[in-house]
Amino acid sequence: MQWVNALLQGVLLGGLYALFACGLSLLFGVMRVVNLAHGDFAVLAAYLALAVITGIHLPLLWSPLVVAPLFGVVGYGVQRFVLQRSLDVSPLTTLLVTFGLSIVLQNAMLEGFSANSHSLPSGSLASGAFRLTPQLAVGHASLIVFGAAVVAIAVIQVFLSRTSTGRRIRAAADDPEAASLTGTNVRHVFGIAAAIAFASVALAGIAFGSYSSFDPGSGPQRLIFAFEAVVIGGVGSLWGTLLGGVILGVAQALGAQVDSGFGVLAGHLVFLAVLALRPNGLIQARLT
Amino acid sequence: MARSRRPPTVTALLSTVVVLALVSAPYVVYADITSLLVNLFILLVLATTWNLLAGYAGLISVGQQAYVGIGAYTVLVLAQNGVSPYLAIPVAAAVCAAAALPISLLVFRLRNEYFAIGTWVVAEALLLIAVRFPSLGGGTGASLPGLSGFDPALRQAFTYWAALAVVVATLVGAYLLLRSRVGLDLTAIRDDEVGAASVGVRVSRAKRIVYLAAAAGGGAAGALLAVSQLNVLAGNVFSVQWSAYMIFVAVIGGVGTIEGPILGTAIFFTLQHTLAQNGAWYLILVGGIAVVVAMYAPRGLWGLVADRFDLRLFPVGYYLHDERVEPP
Repeated sequence: MQWVNALLQGVLLGGLYALFACGLSLLFGVMRVVNLAHGDFAVLAAYLALAVITGIHLPLLWSPLVVAPLFGVVGYGVQRFVLQRSLDVSPLTTLLVTFGLSIVLQNAMLEGFSANSHSLPSGSLASGAFRLTPQLAVGHASLIVFGAAVVAIAVIQVFLSRTSTGRRIRAAADDPEAASLTGTNVRHVFGIAAAIAFASVALAGIAFGSYSSFDPGSGPQRLIFAFEAVVIGGVGSLWGTLLGGVILGVAQALGAQVDSGFGVLAGHLVFLAVLALRPNGLIQARLT
Repeated sequence: MARSRRPPTVTALLSTVVVLALVSAPYVVYADITSLLVNLFILLVLATTWNLLAGYAGLISVGQQAYVGIGAYTVLVLAQNGVSPYLAIPVAAAVCAAAALPISLLVFRLRNEYFAIGTWVVAEALLLIAVRFPSLGGGTGASLPGLSGFDPALRQAFTYWAALAVVVATLVGAYLLLRSRVGLDLTAIRDDEVGAASVGVRVSRAKRIVYLAAAAGGGAAGALLAVSQLNVLAGNVFSVQWSAYMIFVAVIGGVGTIEGPILGTAIFFTLQHTLAQNGAWYLILVGGIAVVVAMYAPRGLWGLVADRFDLRLFPVGYYLHDERVEPP
């Protein structure tokens, strides 16, 4: 029964990873940018949410309404002024630039916020749970996060496939030159895609912040989990990212059940196994 | 065709003088300067090998710390079994090259950015495995046995000379590798991988050779780390911070040249020591400089100097001499 409980918690944890990873997947699928600073931006979002919650006494569930749009604007700016420039130099430069950004962000947060760890106050949300059976419980918070992940991925997918801006983004992703020939401002739509990705990072950061504690150095670990979710599920498919997140979460939860220190390592081993046996991931589809 | 504009004897002479001066350092300066130099040499080894990977094989790795860790732990294990830590340094390099072979079979399945993070995950997995062994110190580190019989000043000097030997071997090795047939293959791969394959260059073999060489370099650096710090802590030797340092140094100095990492290391150390009191600010500054250099000066600061003054200290390319210039 403990195993079933671990499985359940793993699935819900996977929702958190998927929410975090869908921004990474979007950035890579559209712009071929792997944002190594992804995790650190999420931590920054958590700090901002903390400031907003403690500063103007906003309830936790309202904080995304403030932080996410702000991050959308930040994302647009980062894409147009930093990432676009790096993409113009060479595709691999973005890797170096985002890595540099990651280190700069971590140390800036260290200087600005000190190394103490914090966590977002979630009040009654943290302890409430649905009791399925006497041994199985599903936390309210985990369920909300899983639901948010599914909704976010569905919204982004619909946006990309049904709206005209989404069409332009897919066109620019396929072939930037041809897209600009048809009148699409490629740099602008890339900025929009980045804005969406960063808004999802803000959501994920807030979710992580309420789920566990965070400190300026938490970013890289989160990035690795997001990346593993994307690769396991299949690069280029948003639903694949959800699947990958769930598989990773389950692997970690079952691993932790075996031995309390083994959870994260189990996730890494599953990732390396997928790499060895099926490097294109489980769902092989293109974002478009 | 010639290998360089000026005869390479100038550089050879200059280098010999520099190396002799460095060899005499323990007799001339205090131990804190030689220990600073040891750290500088370790970083230079790491930056040079990273530069070989990224600048010549096109493999951007964020996981070289895996080999720093394997190297350090090899020295620890050998020292715990009675081998002198100094003798363990070349063994650590060899062990890392051997370990790199199966790892390369795994990570070479990934391209570009995914290769980068794949190597990082391998390093993280090794970290998590290493802390499960209490005999190796677990999560809290183990001290290095076998060096307590030495007089501290002598031990410092031996460590310094070992570090100097490793860095000279690395630079000379990189230079010879790039001037060899493999180096020509790498330049072709760097320019156009598909084109290189179509003229018969064995691309994966060349990349694998460089990957193993870089692993050996990382292992030697890790071994030096263990010997100079006298203890091995998993969270330190497997830390991604090493990748941050080597990438910043190589990018600022200039990816794709041997002189670049030398310049980059010098700049890094100067910044680190002038800003040491201000906490993490030097790292913010170094990171910011690396980002700006990557975006606006892709050949790094040495690249700017070399292009401006047409200077090549370690000539690894080819020049076309045409003595019979006929007027049209």
